[in-house]
Amino acid sequence: MKVADLSKSELTRRLKKQGLFILVGPFSIKILSSMSIVVDGIAALYSDYSLANDDYADYHIEINPPRSVRRWYRPQVDFYFDGYRPFKPLPQDQAFALFEWSFNWCIATSCHTYLILHAAVIEKNGRAVIMPAPPGSGKSTLTAGLVSKGWRLFSDELAMFPLGSDDVCALPRPVSLKNASIDIMRAYAPGSVLGPVAYDTSKGTVAHMKVPVESVKRALEPATPSWVIFPKYQAGHEATLTAMEPAQAFMHLAENAFNYQVLRQIAFEKLGGVIDQCQVYQFTYHNLDDALEIFDGLD
Amino acid sequence: MNESRQLIAIVVQNPESTAEFSRADWDLLIRQARRANILGMLYYFLNAKKIKQHIPEFAFRHFQAQANLDTNYRDAVKLECQRISDILASINLPLVVLKGAAYVVADLPASYGRLFSDIDILVPKSRIEEVEQILKLHGWLAGQIDVYDDKYYRQWMHEIPPLHHIKRGTSMDVHHAILPETARLKPDSATLFAAVVPVPGFDNTCVLAPEDMVLHSMTHLFHEGEFDHGIRDLIDLDGLLKYYAQRDARFWSSLMLRAKVLDLSVPLFYGLRYLKRLLDSPIPEDVMAEAAKHVGAGKKVMDILFDRALLPDHKSCDDWFTPIARWCLYVRSHYLRMPAYLLIPHLLRKAYMKRIEKKALSGDEK
Repeated sequence: MKVADLSKSELTRRLKKQGLFILVGPFSIKILSSMSIVVDGIAALYSDYSLANDDYADYHIEINPPRSVRRWYRPQVDFYFDGYRPFKPLPQDQAFALFEWSFNWCIATSCHTYLILHAAVIEKNGRAVIMPAPPGSGKSTLTAGLVSKGWRLFSDELAMFPLGSDDVCALPRPVSLKNASIDIMRAYAPGSVLGPVAYDTSKGTVAHMKVPVESVKRALEPATPSWVIFPKYQAGHEATLTAMEPAQAFMHLAENAFNYQVLRQIAFEKLGGVIDQCQVYQFTYHNLDDALEIFDGLD
Repeated sequence: MNESRQLIAIVVQNPESTAEFSRADWDLLIRQARRANILGMLYYFLNAKKIKQHIPEFAFRHFQAQANLDTNYRDAVKLECQRISDILASINLPLVVLKGAAYVVADLPASYGRLFSDIDILVPKSRIEEVEQILKLHGWLAGQIDVYDDKYYRQWMHEIPPLHHIKRGTSMDVHHAILPETARLKPDSATLFAAVVPVPGFDNTCVLAPEDMVLHSMTHLFHEGEFDHGIRDLIDLDGLLKYYAQRDARFWSSLMLRAKVLDLSVPLFYGLRYLKRLLDSPIPEDVMAEAAKHVGAGKKVMDILFDRALLPDHKSCDDWFTPIARWCLYVRSHYLRMPAYLLIPHLLRKAYMKRIEKKALSGDEK
């Protein structure tokens, strides 16, 4: 059974009362929230995800207003990780974005059976492209664009490399679009579904884009890491792929890892293995169609 | 389904019986263990007993994930201890390691999967200035601390302000006793030093005698005001007691004797009592009865408080009285730490300084 099989009132009831249990990639999560913006976001972006048994969840995530006057006066929202509140509250219209960020945080701070890099991952024919990049480099836009044209989404934020295997695992979740890329994607992929828009966040305006159903269905199929590509959007620049020193790529990836520091030697060896498996490039682009052509031609 | 408060005790005493765990039991165990920061420790219980094949993969990976953090951590702790010991050797002082780092260097079972943030060491009070000087020369500095707090540490506490290494970022607490100068109980540090045991494989490095190590851990736990690590410390103690009792048939009697010598019979009683009540540790009945002689009335009241405060800070372990119990023990810890004529001015001063700081901060915002 999928989230889409629940009526809106049943979805609302579950989110408010016993929690909504769903499967997301290798994880099951329980979401608890009485906020309509969260209900709308889940209904819009998670409709293809399967329901999970309600007797176990890897992460218990609650998104609700604080138990204070800030519930009504200049309303705020809090993330509770199984009763514990790791962050300060945010303005209430960011509630759905807070859910996505919170889920990322749960994984990045605890899933140390994986090396977790801050990178987007997409796949075609069993081979994956790892795209690490700092915010503002157009990584999410590029990911969203390629995914809307047939690439399978693994993740737009968290590249998950299971320790003890040579694969990269999928964790398909809504793609986080920021500022100008929201309208770019509306124009480039008119059929795409966007969730609630959050304004004035620490990253500017944020909206999440629904994952193609195929990516969700095949979430448990891993892929072979084959390319590490550092994308960079540059206005007016022709799409070009430039070979890069693997050692330099290693350092960039280590700096952009969530748990490289805490996994120490395990992470060093794992990351070395990933780099050895991959061809490493820098990619500068301006136009999504040109980017698509180059990515489709990767071999 | 198992009683939710017993899940951790089951894993520690009888890991094989987790084969009967339902999905809901695993769900709750992981949540409680995560809150108590013992997922990595429980990994070693679940893994060592060769029962891994009964444990569902979805649950086991959470224990494995935290244990992965521990792999090189132990080597890092050992290396840091060796460095400190080399520094102390230059002023002819042995390094005496306490608590978590001691379990690591002595390779005790209690050290596996246990993460901690600082290294605790014990030095004679008469040498403390010298130690501070030589450590400073090697990059160990006190962080930002105001004059009042610095004086408070030095005059009343059993340690100097915490040190941090300027390059490596590691932290160290330098103690000269295991309780504050002002505490009601007075364990004599010279007695502890006289019994320290050299650690094989290390130069110039010692740990407390087995009995003293146990008593120190109990004293620490039952003088604390916050119990974030309550269940973790009990698991340490359970491991230490099993380990030593197995190696030395007279361990229990020497432990009781040592407690008397060090003026620590009361913490010993509480330690044993809550090991039994909360972790179902195998404590011989005659030991329990003997230890109880040192504590008068009021055991039932303490049970009401400690039974709640020592459990993981997770809603499945709480009842309506838990917050009150935690608060009472917080107040108790201050009462044990120093007499009222010192404590009250100190707390007033702290409260006053906090207000001034707050004012200064809000002034900055404007």
